[in-house]
Formats: sequence, C-alpha cells, structure tokens
Amino acid sequence: MYLYDEIDQRLVDERVAQFRDQTRRFLAGQLSEEEFRALRLRNGLYIQRYAPMLRIAIPYGLLSAKQLRKLAAIARKYDRSYGHFSTRQNLQLNWPRLEQAPEILAELATVQMHAIQTSGNSFRNVTTDYFAGVARDEIVDSFVWCEILRQWSTFHPEFSYLPRKFKIAVNGAEADRAAVEVHDIGLHAVKKDNETGFKVLVGGGLGRTPMVGFAIREFLPWPHLLTYLEAILRVYNRYGRRDNIHKARIKILVKERGPEKFRDEVEAEWAHLKDGPATLIQEEVARVEGRFTRPRYESGTDHVFDEKTWSVPGFASWHKRNVHPHKVPGYAAVTLSLKKTGVPPGDVTSDQMDAIAALAERYSSGELRVSHEQNLVLADVRQGDLAALWRKARALGLATPNVGLLTNIIACPGGDFCALANAKSIPVAQAIQERFDDLDYLHEIGELDLNISGCINACGQHHIGHIGILGVDKHGEEWYQVEIGGNQAPAALGKIIGPAFARADVPGVIEHLIDCYLERRDSEAERFVDVVHRIGIEPFKERVYGNAHQRALRSQRESAFA
Amino acid sequence: MATLIKGRCVVSESPLSPDDKVVRLEPTDDPASISLEGVTRVEVSFPKFGDGRGYSIARLLRSRHGYRGELRAVGHITRDLLFFMESCGFDAFELREGEDARAALAAFEDFSESYQASVARPQPLFRRRGA
Repeated sequence: MYLYDEIDQRLVDERVAQFRDQTRRFLAGQLSEEEFRALRLRNGLYIQRYAPMLRIAIPYGLLSAKQLRKLAAIARKYDRSYGHFSTRQNLQLNWPRLEQAPEILAELATVQMHAIQTSGNSFRNVTTDYFAGVARDEIVDSFVWCEILRQWSTFHPEFSYLPRKFKIAVNGAEADRAAVEVHDIGLHAVKKDNETGFKVLVGGGLGRTPMVGFAIREFLPWPHLLTYLEAILRVYNRYGRRDNIHKARIKILVKERGPEKFRDEVEAEWAHLKDGPATLIQEEVARVEGRFTRPRYESGTDHVFDEKTWSVPGFASWHKRNVHPHKVPGYAAVTLSLKKTGVPPGDVTSDQMDAIAALAERYSSGELRVSHEQNLVLADVRQGDLAALWRKARALGLATPNVGLLTNIIACPGGDFCALANAKSIPVAQAIQERFDDLDYLHEIGELDLNISGCINACGQHHIGHIGILGVDKHGEEWYQVEIGGNQAPAALGKIIGPAFARADVPGVIEHLIDCYLERRDSEAERFVDVVHRIGIEPFKERVYGNAHQRALRSQRESAFA
Repeated sequence: MATLIKGRCVVSESPLSPDDKVVRLEPTDDPASISLEGVTRVEVSFPKFGDGRGYSIARLLRSRHGYRGELRAVGHITRDLLFFMESCGFDAFELREGEDARAALAAFEDFSESYQASVARPQPLFRRRGA
C-alpha cells in the first residue's frame, strides 16, 4: 500500500470540506442543477435510476484490509450492506443518500480513501495489472508509476475540465493485463539498454466508437513521462471537441487529425515542456516507492502438494483456475471469485468484505487488489496455506473455480440501476451462468471472456470480450446484440454476428456458439477466440441464424409480414 | 452588475483610461496569434461552467508568451473554479450573477497545496519537498 504523507492527507481532507460546502449550497438552492452536477460528478456522485450512486476510488485497484473493513462499514451504515466492484477497479454503492455523501467522504478520508474524479470530464482512476509487484514477467512495479500519475492527475489545475472523461492505464509486465490499447492513454513499460521507459499509446477506447490506440512514442524515457502527458493533454484540452458529447473523447481528435498530424502537434507542444520543471527526478520516484509497504517474504521453494490434497474434490480445479504464479518461490497469487452463479458479477456484501479482509490478513500481506474482471486478488499467499485458504474461501462462496472461464462474466450494473442503460445486464449474466453451471463442461470449454454491457457506453467492455453482449433498445424493448472475436490483449474488437435477440434467447445463442467452437477447435489448446480468428464469424453465424439461404428465406418472410 | 475580484479583493470596475488596451479571447482563439504589445488586460471567456479551454489559454499567456498584465476570467465563473483559475495565472475574476463575493474569496484557500507545476507554483510539489 502507498501510505499518504501529511500533504496527501490534507488535500483529501480539504476536498471533503469543499464538497460539504458545495452540497450545502445546492440543497440551499445556491447552485443550479447543472453546476452541482459537474461538481458532484467529480466526487463520484451520480443521480441514478432509483437513487444516487457513489463511486469510491480504489487507486489502481490496491486496497488494504483496513480500508475494505471501512467500505463494509460504510455500506452497512449508509447503504444496503453491499457494494459493486466495477471494471475500473472502483467500488460503487447503489443506494446512498445525497445529503449523506459528504459524511461518507469524510469517513473514507479517515482511511486514506476518497471519491475524487471517479466521474466527470476529468482524469479517472489510473488502472493497472492486478498482478503488479508479484508477476513473474514484471518489467517495473507499475503501482509506483500509477501513484506518481495519481498525484499528477489529482486536481490538475489546467486539466480539470476536459472535453470528456480521460482514462489512463499502465502495464508494467511483459504481458498486457491492463488493456493499455483501449485507453485514452496507455503506458506499457519498456526496458531499453537498461533504461526504463514507456511505450505511449493514445486514442484507444471502447464506448460508442471502439478504437485501438496508436503508438505515439515507441520509447519515452521515464523522466519525460509527465511533460509528455502534459503535451498530449494540452492539445486535447484545447482542440478536443466540446460540441458533441459522443465525439469528445481524445480518440475522435486523433482520428479527425490523423495519427501523424496529432503526433506532430504533440511533439511541437512537448518541445516547449521537455526538460522543464515537471521533468521527473530519481528522488521522487524513490520517495514514492519508499512510501509503499512491502510484504516480507520468507525465502523458500515452490510447495509440492501431496496426492491427498490434490484428490480432495474441487481443490485441483480451483488451483488450476484461481491460483496464479508469483515471482517469489513458495508464494502464489489467488483470485477470490465474485462470480458465483446467482450473484450479480462484482457484488459483495458487507459481511463478505469483513471476511475477505480477515483472509487478506491471515493468508496474504493484508492487502487486496480489485481486478478489472471484478474479482478480488490476494497477491501474497504462501503456497503451503493454499489448501486452508481454499476451504475458507469456499465456505464464503468465493472459491468458484471459474477465473478465465465463461461464467467469470464481466458485466456493468445495467438497467437494474443505471440511468443510461438500454437493457438489463445482471439477469442476462445470471441466465448464462445458470445454463453453464456444470463445472466439468465449463473447464472443457476452456478460456473464454464473456462481457456484457447494458448500453453503448460499454462499461462491461463487451467489445473486447471473446463473446460480447450489448443491450440495445428496440421500440422500447430490451434486445441483445452479440459480438464475437474481441480480445483484451493484443486488443481486438469483436464483430457483430447479426440481428439482436430477446433476453430469453441469449443463453441458447451462447450454447450454439460454444457447440460450433467445440466442433471446430483443432485441440483443447485452441481457445474460442482463436477459432473465431482462424475460421471467421460465418460458421458461427450459420449455427445461430441458419445458412445464408435460410437467412434469406426468413428475411423475406419477415418483410412479407412487416 | 457582476462582482469583480482582483488580486484577491472585491473591487468595483474602474473606468478604462486612454492608455488601457483590452483584448478578449474566446475559447477557440489561439493566444499565439494575438499581439500583446501594449495590452493591459486580457479577458478570457468561459461561456460554460465546464469549458476548460481557458485554463490552457491562461497558462500559455503567462508561461509561454510572457504576458504580465491583468488576466481576467469572464463568463460563467463561480467560486468553485477560482482555485484552479488562479493556479493557471488568472488574477481577476468576474463572478457570475448571484455569487456571494465574500464567500468566494475564501475559495482561493480551498486547497493549500498542488501536486503540479503551474503559474502560481512554477515548481511541482516533488521539487519543493526537499527544499
């Protein structure tokens, strides 16, 4: 955990006081709806379909057991005793009262937490790899760089009123587990001749116009990180479109200018800023690094389980799916699955939060990470403790062995809560989970990312799911469009297979897609998405809608009756 | 009449003298393309609460183009914006109608520090910590 210093704490406290005053003025009629809207959003407070929603920041997804207990207590006291972990590694409360929001923020500040810039047209929570610091393929510890960026992007005087929200992701390992290609800015750590730097990607994003970012710089030495980002942001702040909310993201500016021209503009701006005061210095990187608490590892060797442990029903499949390698021999990272059938993806109750905090203290370093797949990760578990941890997690309903599998569904809150949604996503997720509840079958299908978004804003990141489901509105009814072939990294955007389906038909459609895959794969090693990329979407389409001839006949029939 | 804050004091607008030269910039204007010769006041317009272009304009005028005269934020200005605006180099503010001037003065103190380099704090916090 990064521990606040006196200034970090003071700024968060001052923000609570500022928002308390703004809320008071709004309730007294001194601030208009529009003005207060812009102010409350940058404190994470939405007005939703049935109630306000408060999005609490979990910077780069890192959380201490103490903080999780505080979240549990807040959810109990101000909400309905549960929270929802989002794909941006934040926690959302669905039923707080507006008048109490300043009080909630004050309570958060007592454990070095806040809701600063979790919404609104400003920098959002910087996200990263949930295996940062423990991954075997680590290049740099991305948490340190995320914290440097958190400070730089918090209350930035020049860039607090951007054309639109702005999302930065940092990946510090060889494999990209932060989806850097689909962020407004993606930073991928690179080592070149022993010098650390970043590949800088810009203009990626999901939403209405999904795009893969382009590499504006193949290698940016780390001291220039902030000045280079300032150059990008200044070009965006000045020229990004503000006339149309749907064209205001930086990806549209990059597209309209063309990547080369955009790069020229950024480089021209950077020429003024390069080597200026915002140039990072080694002392600062070391200072930030030094404020992170570090687990004390005991040196050891990788643990070998005996036959008896392996043969306990359920342990082997949990170990296969939910236990991940660690850079220190003798340790492992463990995913606690929040994707049990029957529970909305990412939802966790206050009692579970307390129990998870205890697990983190007992079996890990007292820290947790929130994954963008809406699960929780214990990063530093002794391998000798895995069997005991598994038993306890199972008793809490947190040991579903489905990480990376079809039922590990990523879903936004959808029409059950969100005012923007066209359709519900949670019941669709549940119907699919119920249909694929047979664990043996699930493991046979193998790795599959299934993502659901309730509207085109794509909070469920459906474009980069191997199977992506999008809720659409057709004459006031909820329908679901299905895409296949998306991938997080290397980024690939899914292709729509055809006309949308009624909700009740969605699980059956997924079954058809899976059947088609199982028939066509050349081995168990070939994943669903690999098959889609190899044979294209036509065979899948045919399985779902019939062949081209049948589709033409049906379309004639439908137009005859239309 | 809108309230005017200048140098962190509430003042009344003084009439322009013949030596005064006022330039007004809209959010789409490029500060590099105007002549600042003899200009005594630059007004930067904020047509909407959430329009952030004026912050970059101010920063460029102060940091890149060497403008030292009055830099005034006009338009939809509430106290909630003053801290950032002052950081970016504004020293005069025409508050929108109905804004409580005295309460607005306190808003300059909303935050006691900034992480970033700005016009008000030319060195970022990380370069000032050791000093």
